[in-house]
Amino acid sequence: MVKNIIEVEGLSKSFNIASKDPGVKGTLKHFFKRQTKRVKVIKNINFQIKEGEIIGLLGANGAGKTTILKMLCGLIVPSEGSISVSGYIPYRRTEGFLKNITLIMGQKQQLIWDLPPIESFYLNASIYDIDKFEAKRRIKKLSDMLEIQDELYIPVRKLSLGERMKSELLAALIHKPKILFLDEPTLGLDINAQRNLRNFLKSYNSENNSTICLTSHYMKDITSLCKRVICVHNGSISYDGKLEKLLKNLSPVKDVLIVCSSEKDANKLEKSGFKVKSKVKNEITLKIENRNVSSSLRSILNNYEIEDLFINEPPIDEIIEKILVKKKYTF
Amino acid sequence: MNKNKYLAVYAKFLHTSLASELEYKTNIIIDAITAMLSLVGSIFLLSIFFQNTGNIGGWNFEQALIIQGIYTVLNGVTNTWFNPNLREIVRHVREGTLDFVLLKPVDSQFFISLKKISPSGFLEILLGVCLMFYCIKINQIQLSFNFLILCLITITCSICILYSLWFFISTTTIWFVKTWNATEVLRSFLYIGRFPISSFSFSLRLFFSIIIPIAFITTIPSEVLLGFSQLWKIILEICITLIFLITSRRFWLFALKYYSSASS
Repeated sequence: MVKNIIEVEGLSKSFNIASKDPGVKGTLKHFFKRQTKRVKVIKNINFQIKEGEIIGLLGANGAGKTTILKMLCGLIVPSEGSISVSGYIPYRRTEGFLKNITLIMGQKQQLIWDLPPIESFYLNASIYDIDKFEAKRRIKKLSDMLEIQDELYIPVRKLSLGERMKSELLAALIHKPKILFLDEPTLGLDINAQRNLRNFLKSYNSENNSTICLTSHYMKDITSLCKRVICVHNGSISYDGKLEKLLKNLSPVKDVLIVCSSEKDANKLEKSGFKVKSKVKNEITLKIENRNVSSSLRSILNNYEIEDLFINEPPIDEIIEKILVKKKYTF
Repeated sequence: MNKNKYLAVYAKFLHTSLASELEYKTNIIIDAITAMLSLVGSIFLLSIFFQNTGNIGGWNFEQALIIQGIYTVLNGVTNTWFNPNLREIVRHVREGTLDFVLLKPVDSQFFISLKKISPSGFLEILLGVCLMFYCIKINQIQLSFNFLILCLITITCSICILYSLWFFISTTTIWFVKTWNATEVLRSFLYIGRFPISSFSFSLRLFFSIIIPIAFITTIPSEVLLGFSQLWKIILEICITLIFLITSRRFWLFALKYYSSASS
């Protein structure tokens, strides 16, 4: 049985947040007498993550995903509850714990701006106590996987965003961490660079059995990497389970495209009581509930002249967008 | 703490920051010229003060020059290490990149205080040392091993006090986010250290001895160099140094508990 590598129990976090009224009066008031209120941003959450799992944290902006991620890697001390990551209490930030994890933030960088990335890699290697030969071997292997062999010797400021992000990944993985925390790692990258990064993470996960905890607003990141997702809404977990099941729950209908042999048949089908999504000449798309698909198709095939038929799942991106865009969503 | 590991990491810090700085040769040359002109200007200013009087606060021009030498060394240390590193704390906190520092398996204070180096400050240190040796010569001071050790101890203490004060102020960034001005005020106070503490009024002497110990930073090492320092003052400077170092360290560790990181 695969053991839990991350265990979170009754976790809450509150912050003092300053509020300011608009206008000059509000600004002066804010300057002389700052008003703060205590806001509970994470509310009593519980979850476990198994070794080798890739999980996606989903939620709208401000839902609390990054706060959870930062508590998991020990940057923020929880207000209540307990966290265990690889047997360590994260916020103590012991050497053993820090050597086990890494944090990659899509919008922040740790590479030395004026120097080629290789200099940052060797600096990190000495920080993580990795000898020069081993560091060289790991840099070679990771740069081959990431396909950035030529970029290792070009100053960071001259690299493209995609090349920089790959270099950031290499810098963050040189110590072979067991747990990867990724906060929007593909932010701002073009489609090609996003795909390369995802492929790399997939192969890194399968090669090293590393655990990956990821937040992203790009649906493809979630759908191609994560089997399991945790949806966060207003600091609470609204769903924790398989992505597949979530999609089923959120999308109880299928799109069925029927190509009728004539436009007349299509018109007849349009008026037959099915829910019509669109109709162009002899092609008609119906929305049919999952549980009624087979009986509905049987009846259509028996009663109409059909040339062709396609069953489509609604685009996954649209479904996940519902979670990200909708402020309140209950499952 | 693994001493060898820290030495290896520091060697890497030196290498990477020197390599970064050397990317901009003109900037280094301008900084070097500024350092030389600043020293010439300071000596000129000091000479104006002494133009109509033989001594200020019991110090003659040749003796006061030694304070200028120590001030130049300290300013060089400030420009080499404190300025590039401790000013960065504000940026790290504002932009949330302190996260990367805190997640490294090395002491965060070590990392944040020594990661960068500005080579242009080396010239100031060199100029300050030259000025100190010149003063030793014109003041006809006899050099001995014990004398040199005492000088080294008091100057090291001065550097540590200055570092602790600067680090303490920078740490408040964790609550107040922007504290550039506070470190600038500290630098302005340091300018006062170019003059003997005895040349100030009683209340100012008290302020610069107890509240912001500028007096300890330059005057005591100068007195040691001139051979008229009292032992109790040296011991007091060592004690104050330890108090400042320990307090700033504890304050940093305490502040980190309140670090909330920046939003993504």
